[in-house]
Amino acid sequence: MQTVLGIAIDGVAYGMILFIISVGLSVTLGLMRVVNLAHGAFAMVGGYLASFAAQRLGLPFEAAAAGAILLTVVLALPLERLLYRRIYGSANELAQVLLTIGLTFVVVAGINYLFGPTLKRIPLPGYLEGVVELGPKAIPTHRAFVIAVGMAAIAGLWWLLERTDFGVKLRAAVDDPAMAAALGIRTERLYAATFALGVGLAALGGILGAELLPLEPYYAIRYIVLFLAVVAVGGAGSVFGSAGAALALGIVDTAGKYLIPDFGEFFFYAAMILILFRWPNGFFRRRTA
Amino acid sequence: MSPHLRDAAGAATLAAAGLAAFWLFPEDLGLLTRIAATALYVLSLDLVLGYCGVATLGQAALFGTGAYAAGIAAVHLVAEPMVLLLIGGVAGGLIALATGALILRAHGLALLMLTIAVTQMAHEVANKARWITGGSDGLSGIAPDPVLGLFRFDLYGRTSYLFALAVLVVGLLVAQRIVRSPFGLACRGVREDPLRVAALGGSPRRYLIGMYTISGVFAGVAGALTAVSTGIVGLDSLGFSWSAEALVMLVLGGAGRLYGAIIGTVAFMAIHHILAATDPFHWMLFIGLFLMGVVLFAPGGIAAAAERALERAAGWLRRAGARA
Repeated sequence: MQTVLGIAIDGVAYGMILFIISVGLSVTLGLMRVVNLAHGAFAMVGGYLASFAAQRLGLPFEAAAAGAILLTVVLALPLERLLYRRIYGSANELAQVLLTIGLTFVVVAGINYLFGPTLKRIPLPGYLEGVVELGPKAIPTHRAFVIAVGMAAIAGLWWLLERTDFGVKLRAAVDDPAMAAALGIRTERLYAATFALGVGLAALGGILGAELLPLEPYYAIRYIVLFLAVVAVGGAGSVFGSAGAALALGIVDTAGKYLIPDFGEFFFYAAMILILFRWPNGFFRRRTA
Repeated sequence: MSPHLRDAAGAATLAAAGLAAFWLFPEDLGLLTRIAATALYVLSLDLVLGYCGVATLGQAALFGTGAYAAGIAAVHLVAEPMVLLLIGGVAGGLIALATGALILRAHGLALLMLTIAVTQMAHEVANKARWITGGSDGLSGIAPDPVLGLFRFDLYGRTSYLFALAVLVVGLLVAQRIVRSPFGLACRGVREDPLRVAALGGSPRRYLIGMYTISGVFAGVAGALTAVSTGIVGLDSLGFSWSAEALVMLVLGGAGRLYGAIIGTVAFMAIHHILAATDPFHWMLFIGLFLMGVVLFAPGGIAAAAERALERAAGWLRRAGARA
């Protein structure tokens, strides 16, 4: 019983981190049709900036996190203009893979040059340490906080996509970019805004997940397969698909590590092959943007 | 020049350049041997990517399977190098046939993820089957017999290099025949327009699986060649980054041209040898910037850029001749 609860809580927290980081990847893939292998690099940059702000500049956690997210977005937006805009569209798959692998390598080298090869921590504020009592079981506060932020992100994205003007335009553009542009939707601005949102969420995930996915220069390469798996299983462009896939993968992966540590990864990939073989467009079919 | 004559000239150039390198860099035969074996591996990727348009990140699964099959056979069964290459090729072809039917149904991201997943599973199996593969320590103790019973593998790596070069030249000749055959042309048709191939009565998927299997044979032979010439097989031969590196080398040289695969491998590994010796991160920065530059400014890689330059030079010469 204790193990089951432990798996559930760790798995859900892990899944929420995966969701927060991957949802931006999913939406950019659904909207701009870009396989962005550099997405993990944005999460890594966010984490490193927050760590720098908190440890070197001595900023409080909230300020460091907010500043790091903003700065990551500001740094990434010119990339959208200069690099990504040239490779939008599904015809450029190979160019996308290569350009974004190249970008990832450059970011990895740059992070190592600026911050060194050692593992970086982001010190948590006092109120996130310790445990919260939840009936008979105590949950680490950090995990509870991550789960709460993840739920807030899902709710916020739902509201944004279903209840706002922006969401209507975004869904229209995902379904048919040419038609949306013909109807007068400024797709270029929409792309830039979506890209910024995705990068910001990735940075947030990188900061919150630093305890689970440790910050080191190879972060961007090590975890990108995981983020891509979430998107592939969840279906490109689907927020709820990403949430479902991230939670499922988070729980499966955590359970595998707890119960069958020797073959965890093997079953993870076997499950992914089976799902993708049966549902090549993702297990959670695309319904909303 | 007829295409076949040009192919023969290309293979002869490769052999001549390889022999020249043998005389020029006698200290670096180990590196040269790895370059020759890797060129064959990148050539195998070119067959699927350049001629069928399948963007895969799983070529290492085929290479590594061939390498481990040959390595395990060498430790336990036979030591004849040619037989080991054959075993590697058969193993690579079989795994390509088995997984190709699974992978090639998908497109885009799903296809990429399936190729990655197959590679990761193969990696995990090799890692866990420690009793036969050596796990993370790698498989060692491969001691092949003399090539054709005549040429002993010497300490300086001379035989290794010449053997690898010979296999690469033969591989290039065979690959040239394949891509010029009706089957190879049909594969190019699938790359350009699968719907039209289907409308003409061909089966795009069958062509793709056929070419993927052939590519698996090439990759398996390349893996076996690496195992035979270096004497060890490591887990990284089944790694994600080995797949990605093959892609980078191919695109650097120019996909869709067989000699592009060879040029790209030579350029990549030579620069890697120089830069990574100082700091691996310098190498990553360089190759990252280079990749972005190739995608943005020189989509055909080195081979296309060289062809353009040659055409320009030829045009200039013609004009100069006409003026005179």
